[in-house]
Amino acid sequence: MYQFEYHKASSVDDALKKLGGAEDGKILAGGMTLLPTMKQRLAAPSDLIDLAGIADLKGIKVDGKTVTIGAMTTHWEVHSSKEVQKAIPALSDLAGLIGDPMVRHRGTIGGSLANSDPSADYPAAVMGLGATIKTNKREIAADDYFKGLFETALEDGELIVAVSFPIPKRAAYQKFPQPASRYAMVGVMVAETPSGIRVGVTGAGPCAFRVPEMEKALTAKFSADSVAGITIPSDGLNADLHGSADYRAHLVTVMAKRAAATIA
Amino acid sequence: MGKVSMTVNGKAVSADVEPRTLLVEYLREHLRLTGTHVGCDTTQCGACTVHVNGQAMKSCTMLAVQAEGADVTTIEGLAKDGKLHPMQASFKEHHGLQCGFCTPGMVMAGIDIRRRHPKADEKTVRHELEGNICRCTGYHNIVKAIMNAEV
Repeated sequence: MYQFEYHKASSVDDALKKLGGAEDGKILAGGMTLLPTMKQRLAAPSDLIDLAGIADLKGIKVDGKTVTIGAMTTHWEVHSSKEVQKAIPALSDLAGLIGDPMVRHRGTIGGSLANSDPSADYPAAVMGLGATIKTNKREIAADDYFKGLFETALEDGELIVAVSFPIPKRAAYQKFPQPASRYAMVGVMVAETPSGIRVGVTGAGPCAFRVPEMEKALTAKFSADSVAGITIPSDGLNADLHGSADYRAHLVTVMAKRAAATIA
Repeated sequence: MGKVSMTVNGKAVSADVEPRTLLVEYLREHLRLTGTHVGCDTTQCGACTVHVNGQAMKSCTMLAVQAEGADVTTIEGLAKDGKLHPMQASFKEHHGLQCGFCTPGMVMAGIDIRRRHPKADEKTVRHELEGNICRCTGYHNIVKAIMNAEV
């Protein structure tokens, strides 16, 4: 790892001030992606600004209609929260499938979404449940948030403070984990949300996306059979030694079918 | 360089470290607590697992400065008054050690698993162990040791 300066931020404003004052600063959340990347010298920020000391960014709030999760809340906290288990069990399940226990103890929802790894699990939840990303500047709808490979709508000087999920009538997440890393080769969140049925996919493309054909079919009739015959085109999907684009496209249908079957 | 202070195995320690010093490097090289192993260095194998404020974490993917003020327990901190921790005793009893390289991380992860799942069955233990790799592929006895530890 190359040398860098380390700063602990006391507030969101303080973090942004420190980031602005750094030559090539990076925000450090749980560090479960950033630190391995730095160890491999694929990233060499001049400064790290650690958000761990900002109490405002932690915690889970549930009201009648929404679950709001602070950006620095860990995967383990989301998974083990009784309130999340009751309001959105699919979200708790998804958090429990990320990485391994030690990674879940440190990795955070805000870090995962800011990074927008194409194989991360949370993007499927944000997309599938129709969540809203709250930043220090504005609120971004899930549909407008993911822009491409490791690319989001976040601008310079913009920091995720919380993510707000509308409580769905029913939802399920099914994931096909890459056997070694446990990242999602493909993960699909199927949900009946207050604004209609949504299907959010991670792992298959450069970033999370919805499948409108499946949403239409599930709206007409909510059953696994409704999505069984729907295949998505493999053009532009991810391909690596673990699976071709065609294979991933096929997995989207299989995972959507399994997710729908769980809650139909 | 910056000063970092924490409690390791019940003892207050502090040192001047570079920000890039990993927690595992601090434990091994500054404190000479070499029971915590580096296996993969890529956050996969879990040989570096320690407890930070009571939770299992990979000390190869944490900066020492991130543990400022924390309460850290390593494998060296488990035995009390010459008596093995029940999880260590169970590893001995069920021959969960094999070559021993992954063992410290397995023991630390095992304690964490039983803390969160006091009555963990085999399926739970196997799922929970996915962040710890044993290259002897000797999981059978490790799983047995974790399930049957009298913690």
